[in-house]
Amino acid sequence: MSEKKPPLLEVDDLSVTFSQRGRDPVEAVSEVSFTIGEGENVGIVGESGSGKSVTSMALMGLLPERGVTVGGSARYQGKDLLRMSRRELNRIRGTEIAMVFQDPMSSLNPVVTIGTQISEVIKRHNRVTSKQAADRSAELLDRVGIPDPRRRLSEYPHQLSGGIRQRVLIAIALACEPKLLIADEPTTALDVTIQAQILTQLRELVADFGTSLIMITHDLGVVAGLCDEVHVMYAGRIVESADRRPLFAQPRHPYTGGLLQSVPRLDSPRDEPLEPIPGSPTDTLPWSEGCAFQPRCSNAVDQCLQQTPRLEPDDGRLLRCFNPLEGGGRDR
Amino acid sequence: MLRFVVIRLAQLLPTLFGLSILLFAWVRALPGDPAQALLGDRATPEAIDRINETYGFNEPLLTQYGMYLAALFRGDFGESIRMHEPVLSAFFDKLPATIELSVVALAFAVVVGVPLGYIAGRRAGTNVDGGIVVLSLIGSVVPVFFLALLLKYVFAIELEIFDSVGRQNARLDATHTTGFYILDGIINVQFAAAWDAFKHLILPGLALGTIPLAVIVRQTRGAVSEVIHEDYIRTARAKGLRSITITVRHVMRNALLPVVTTLGLQLGLLFSGAVLTETVFALDGVGQYLYQAIQDRDYPVLQGFILLIALLYALITLLVDLSYGFIDPRVRES
Amino acid sequence: MTAEPVTTASTAKRREPERGESLWRGAFRRLSRRPVAIAGAVIVFLFLLVALLAPLLAPYEPASTEWTELSTPYWVQGHSPDHPLGIDRWGSDMLTQLIYGARQSLIIGVVATAIGLVAGAALGALAGAFGGWVDMIVMRFVDIMLSVPSLLLAISIAAIMGKSSMALMIAIGVGQVPIFARLLRGSMLGQNEADYVLAANALGLRKRTIVMGHVLPNSLGPTIVQATLNLATAIIEVAALSYLGLGEGDPAVAEWGRMIVSAQDRFEIAPWLAFYPGICIAVTALGFTLLGESLREALDPKQRR
Repeated sequence: MSEKKPPLLEVDDLSVTFSQRGRDPVEAVSEVSFTIGEGENVGIVGESGSGKSVTSMALMGLLPERGVTVGGSARYQGKDLLRMSRRELNRIRGTEIAMVFQDPMSSLNPVVTIGTQISEVIKRHNRVTSKQAADRSAELLDRVGIPDPRRRLSEYPHQLSGGIRQRVLIAIALACEPKLLIADEPTTALDVTIQAQILTQLRELVADFGTSLIMITHDLGVVAGLCDEVHVMYAGRIVESADRRPLFAQPRHPYTGGLLQSVPRLDSPRDEPLEPIPGSPTDTLPWSEGCAFQPRCSNAVDQCLQQTPRLEPDDGRLLRCFNPLEGGGRDR
Repeated sequence: MLRFVVIRLAQLLPTLFGLSILLFAWVRALPGDPAQALLGDRATPEAIDRINETYGFNEPLLTQYGMYLAALFRGDFGESIRMHEPVLSAFFDKLPATIELSVVALAFAVVVGVPLGYIAGRRAGTNVDGGIVVLSLIGSVVPVFFLALLLKYVFAIELEIFDSVGRQNARLDATHTTGFYILDGIINVQFAAAWDAFKHLILPGLALGTIPLAVIVRQTRGAVSEVIHEDYIRTARAKGLRSITITVRHVMRNALLPVVTTLGLQLGLLFSGAVLTETVFALDGVGQYLYQAIQDRDYPVLQGFILLIALLYALITLLVDLSYGFIDPRVRES
Repeated sequence: MTAEPVTTASTAKRREPERGESLWRGAFRRLSRRPVAIAGAVIVFLFLLVALLAPLLAPYEPASTEWTELSTPYWVQGHSPDHPLGIDRWGSDMLTQLIYGARQSLIIGVVATAIGLVAGAALGALAGAFGGWVDMIVMRFVDIMLSVPSLLLAISIAAIMGKSSMALMIAIGVGQVPIFARLLRGSMLGQNEADYVLAANALGLRKRTIVMGHVLPNSLGPTIVQATLNLATAIIEVAALSYLGLGEGDPAVAEWGRMIVSAQDRFEIAPWLAFYPGICIAVTALGFTLLGESLREALDPKQRR
């Protein structure tokens, strides 16, 4: 792990457990640790159900209070986000740490104007007049590449396209120039052409604002051009953490390898078929009984069914595997 | 917007037309000769002849209906046998009292029901939720006139906190310009009179308000429990907004949309309840007039009032639909 | 790329779906876990028991009178042990009147709801099954009925038919017709679009077979829920009509609503005379409402767990 700058956020042994009356508690996330420095971009990658979204919700304090137990710590500039009062958290959310959500169609309030939805976060965290907040909102819309921003302020979400709505959500998130932005699948619900535009823009914006970015996605392709460091999650735990280059050049965990195989790449030979990972994320083994990925793993050995693998340093990265892919992997 | 109003009014016409046919048939279905039915048992033969003449009961049915319809268009809704006054003017004389009562009842139901529904919705599935829902149901199953009697007995007769009958203390000798006594008191700067009129409406309003209360609680609860799981609420929380802003601007503005629609539908029940409540508290409104008409078999009043209430009911429903357009931008567009 | 839902319970062991459990069995299982539903069912059961066994339970003949000064229940000074709840102003035993009142409420409620159900279901099924102009005419008719508050509708019918139980039943039943008509039409139209009906159509099944075999059975749940709720409304409406002087005319028939009315002018000296029947109406209506609402929730597919 690199120690370039003092960490902005230090997540240590985060765990989230859901308990429902009459059922066994479910550990959705456990043993998640990572750090992010100022201006760094970090990717968290995994399929649905890998716990990546739950991780981000836990950091933002957005999980329901009932039936959820959050363990571990998440120190933001030295203060633990997970132990903060709602009041303290509200002072940080939206201004220091902001979030962009997955579905732009449902993440904006349908009966409130775009202008109000942007300016309310500005007004909440800054002492400004309504006029100033409106000016700032229009400026933000302009920054995220929305034409004719003044007019948009008085429009409602249903009058806008999906791409514009996602830009509005980004504008809301960046309204108070946060130090950390968590983007949870920000492009998944959009058309492919718009995805690329938005990703490029997001990268430029966080660079301009000096904002650190946690990009949460199931798509390694999204992470490739954006993140300095990548954490791959499976069934609630990190299975591989590495800097971007070594990870893409040489995935070690079979799951990472599988994810890479299933991403179409321009430089791959034309006749090489995409290889999906067999099975689905629901075919897992409880971590307590071995390696959760074992049922879908082509590299599995007997040990995977007997012992729980630990996340251990391995050649400059962290790896949770008894029988990792050897050097070479996908890149011949 | 204008087109919408015109279309809605056009849709209303067949309904009212059909209702007029039914009411026309209704008078003829009353036991005995229609003229006799309209005038009552003590009618003189001359009076019966006169009625037969005016309503054309001796003419063919189709002609009779034509006459009835023509009279309606002239604003002639018949004449009360008991009071010897035109039904239409009687209706408008009594309407303000009923509207005042309904507004107080509805206000009570909204002021109590929306917060209760909100709390229940936030805690859907808990004991608090169950308690609130059962409590509001209890309010709705107690017959409204029985509740009115109880309230009158406890608060007006035993405790003497409120007056038990009438709209206003006659000794105040208040000026009445609009017929809405509270409003009259305010515009004529007779605040004591306005306050007194309001006090007379508290018990009846409470009794009548329990009818829409249960529905408002249930609607609000359902809407809130759905809205709080919407993605935009998560967005609002991620912005670090104060919880009061989230509740008012983001949760309630969305959750109240369906509640407003139900309010319109509740008005029919409110009218029914008003008949009973006004009678218990001797409030001189449409309901009490109707009650007297039932007791005296004053059929022209029944016939006219039912048509007028249907008309009013339809207009209010239309207004509610229009207001829906104002509060929901998605409807405003289309 | 597909949008992926946030799944959190991936490591949970998948529960075996409750295989072969019918909608009704599942609903019953969910009902039996809810205290509110049990409370409703117990009230309804007790009410039915009292109504059906009235002649066995009542200590006196209905409307039998005796001249006595004692008109107080057991908890008021000077009561008579022969009349635990006192006697009313005509000298009839309160308890007996209340028990026979349950019977009257049940009869009127059930018959009125049955009238509303049969007529409404027929109209709704007609509109839903044929669609087109049949649908339009039927629904216009329903609109006309809905344009008048149901109590006024009942008043106008009672005015034609005079003071009798039959008039009450029809008056209240007619008021329920639009509710059932809309309900059945709605669920039939909704299911005409349902996949399994489209599939049945594609298989070339006859329309009648589809309606009888698929559409009607699936509309049954909401209809039963509505009927249960309407029983509560009917019991309250009987009382309301009685209060307006349109109730049962025969003084020998015990009826809760009229008991309140006749107790009205003695409210200050003998409030219990109105109190007992009022409580009976409220509790019975509450029982049916609780049962109906719980049933609605239990049958709601979204609630199934």
